Formats: sequence, C-alpha cells, structure tokens
Amino acid sequence: MLDQTQQNTLPPAPGVGYKPQHYAAILSDPGPVGWLEIHAENYMGDGGRPIAQLRHLSERFPISVHGVGLSIGGEGRLDPDHLARLRHLCDWLQPASFSEHLAWSTHDSAFLNDLLPLPYTSETLLRVADHIDQLQQALARPMLLENPSSYLAFAESTWSEPEFLAEIAHRTGCGLLLDVNNVFVSATNLGFSPQGYIDAFPLDRVGEIHLAGHDTDHDDHGAPLLIDSHGREVADPVWTLFDYTLARSGPRPALIEWDNDVPDWPTLAAEAARAAHALALVPA
Amino acid sequence: MTRQAQFHAAILDPAQPAPPGLTDGQNRPAGRRFSVYRNNVTHSLTEALEQTFPVIRKLIGAEGFARLARAYLRAHPPASPVLSRYGASFPAFLDGFEPLAHLGYLGDTARLERALVDSYHAADAASLDPAVFSETAPDALPGLRLTLAPSVRLVRSAWPIHAIYRFNTEDGAPQPPATPQDVLITRPDYDPRPRLLPPGGATFVTALFQGHALGQAAGTATETAPDFDLAAALGLLLSDNALIHATLDSPE
Repeated sequence: MLDQTQQNTLPPAPGVGYKPQHYAAILSDPGPVGWLEIHAENYMGDGGRPIAQLRHLSERFPISVHGVGLSIGGEGRLDPDHLARLRHLCDWLQPASFSEHLAWSTHDSAFLNDLLPLPYTSETLLRVADHIDQLQQALARPMLLENPSSYLAFAESTWSEPEFLAEIAHRTGCGLLLDVNNVFVSATNLGFSPQGYIDAFPLDRVGEIHLAGHDTDHDDHGAPLLIDSHGREVADPVWTLFDYTLARSGPRPALIEWDNDVPDWPTLAAEAARAAHALALVPA
Repeated sequence: MTRQAQFHAAILDPAQPAPPGLTDGQNRPAGRRFSVYRNNVTHSLTEALEQTFPVIRKLIGAEGFARLARAYLRAHPPASPVLSRYGASFPAFLDGFEPLAHLGYLGDTARLERALVDSYHAADAASLDPAVFSETAPDALPGLRLTLAPSVRLVRSAWPIHAIYRFNTEDGAPQPPATPQDVLITRPDYDPRPRLLPPGGATFVTALFQGHALGQAAGTATETAPDFDLAAALGLLLSDNALIHATLDSPE
C-alpha cells in the first residue's frame, strides 16, 4: 500500500482534456479552466512539438496524466516497456495526478485501443489489485482508478461495480476517478439506478470527476443503448447526476472530456463554465 | 479459452459469434451489444491509421482505406499502446496487398508518410553552428564527420513519391513526372519537411548516416552523379537544421 499523503494535487476546479488545436487559445484566455488533462500515450515520443507544448503548458497549469493503454484489467502481466514509458513521463512532468481505467485493452501482445470490460469476481479483483500495486510502485505515487462505461454484463460477476472499486481502493490505497457520464451510460444500458450507484460509491476516495457527452443507440429489444462517445456536450441528466454527486462528495476536480468532433475553444470553455457553476454551489 | 481470448478473437473477426455468458444486465443475452466493442476497436484503429497515412487514404478513397485498414488490423494489430507508432509494417503490407497491386507506388508513398510521423516525434537537438565550416582549415574539411539530427529521415524510391505527396497535399502542385525520387525529411523547427534530393544526394546522406567523413561521402556521391553539388547539399542540411554535430578526424 502506498502513502496517501502524496495524493493527487489537482484543484477542485474545472479542467478540460487538452487538444493541440486549443494551445494558443488556452494560453491567451483559459477562462474558468484551472487544469488540463492529457492522454499519456500521446506524449511518449522522444521530442518535437507535442513534448514542447506540454512542457510549456505544465509551467502554467496543473496537469493530470490519464493513461488509456496500460490494460490494468488484463489477464496477462503489465507491459514492462509501457510501465517504463509511464514512469519516464511522470518523472519529467511531475503531474498533479495520474489515473487509469478499470478495463483491459491488450491481449496476447495485441493492443485493441478500447476500454474492454472485465467480470467482477474475486479472481479478477486480486489481479487488478496486483497490477495497481505494481503501477503505484513503478510510479512511486498513488493513482486514481476510473469506473468504465458498460454495454453488457458478465454472467459470472459476483461483485457490484462500486463494491469492487471500493475493495480495490481499500487494498491498494489507490484513489478513484468517478466518471459521472459512465455511471449514467452504464445505468441506462444495464438497468440500474445511477443515484443508487453514487450512493454506494466510496466518494471519500474520489480524487477527480469526469464529465462527457454520449450518443444514443438501441439494443435488440429496442431498449436505449448509450455509447460513451466523448463527441458532444454533456447531457442534461448527467449534469443533474453531477450535482447529486457533488452534494454528497463536496467539491472535486471536474474534467470535461471531448475527444471526437472536437469543438472550438469557446464551446469547450462554456462546458467548463457550466462545471464551474455547479462546483460554486457546493459548500466546501 | 479465457474471457479475454474470447473477446480478442471475436472483436477482430466479425464472422465469429459474440462470447457466451454476456447479458444486458437483465438476464437477457447481450446480442448486438457486443458489437459496440467491435465498432470501437475497428473505428478507432482505422482513424489512427488515417492520421499517419492521409495521402494513402486520399489515393484510394475513404471506403477503400477502411477495407484496407480492417485487413491490416487483422493481420497486424498494434503491438503498443503508443498509437503514433501504429503502422510501422503498413508500407510492407501495402507492397504485398494483392487487390492494390496495380498501384505500385503506394508502399513507398506510405514509407514517406511513416517517416514524416517518425520525424515529428523524434528527439530535439541543438543544430550545428555553420561557423564550423569557415573555422576549419580547407585541407582538413574532407576529414569532417557530420552527425545528422535525430529527426532526419531518408526515403529512396523508384517512384516519384515526392511529387505524389505534393500533388495530394498542396493545391496547384504539378502532376507527378515518371521519374524515381529520393526524399530527405528534415525538421527545421517542429514541422517535418519532405525535400526532393538531386541525383547523388541520397548517396551522400546515406554515407553521412553511416559515419563516413565529408570527403568520402562527397566522393561516393560524385561517383553516382558526376554533377553532385556538395555546396548545395550542405547548404540544404544547414538551412534546415539537419546537422547537429561535427568532429574532425585527428591527423594520422
């Protein structure tokens, strides 16, 4: 278990997922945005513009490093080369936070570039906890683990997702990243109450909240099937669930994720302003 | 088969049924819900390949590229989560891709695009002070060993790849001629530049990459192309910040 005193230092303000096309706009007027999140795997080159821009931004803003490729839920061992790359990035950047996903993406050395689901059993719990121990030791810092968007469930699961995450946090000392859009997407897709999920979630462990837009499709029975697309504004019921969460957790760093069909800076800044407004209404 | 082996196989091969034991959370079979993962994987990796190879996509069209990307994904799924590296084997795959065998220039055009992305992410290095040439005694110049910047790449081709690249990325660029072309990629600041090399240029740069001294490199270039212009070649390397280091052979 890792020392919790070195927990993440993101401010309880809105952040946005950084996109290179917003570089100049962010530097000239960040508006309500108090910190930036990057995808770790986009900054693993040896140099050039991406690294130079990140270095410059990190002098102005706290940076959250969000990994999307370690495959913490993978059946195989963690990729030692990728662990080394993550360590190198965190060493030179000294980010305010590091987070990854309760998901897998690599099997048999093939990286599938999606956050694939895992059953919640005592066996998978031990494996995930072991991988998080390894990662936290490699980075010499605690991480935040994010809840996934689910499109289906496993017949063999014996744990609920909030209980599974709580137990992993308890065993490893990691914090949690609560993606409120993922909660809403999963709750709609699998037919549970999103508020009930928040009520069961260990909110004292939450070091960051994610907000994003989703798309709507339908399953074989005509039931709504929401897709975590990160390609539009945050939906109104997700904002409502965000308020519900903040009322119970108190203010938290809250990120707007918009990764596809990326809008212009004013549109993204307006989403961050909406998060700032919600945060301002919560007693500290 | 483990759960993840089932997923891996069914995601990459849509002809396979979805893995068993998956539900919609209400004890009904998951059905087409599994295809969300298939779509995410195929779509996101096609997009990643498009980002590195936009000219190939333009040359064969969006639909053709999507089919090609699916075939490539099945044969060579990414070996690393660093997606800027995805497609290292794509040029060779194109060379052997039977349905596109009539477009022989695709492989080398893809090599040029791959090299541009590699150059973009290459390490930074301070460029060489050109004064080194004026400060070196003229009779010692042939013994100067020059180090190229980490961002420099060379792509040689039997096809007019420089012109093909320009024709598909620049408005009003001329039609490609029917001549072989060698391309030097430099990165003066952060944006890689494909430079068409004159005859002998690629031989000269190859000799520098191999660590040969300036005199020997110029000699082999002149053997290949009698009108090789050493001053012009050095001028290009200097103005594009493509040289980072010079050492003088100690006299024997």
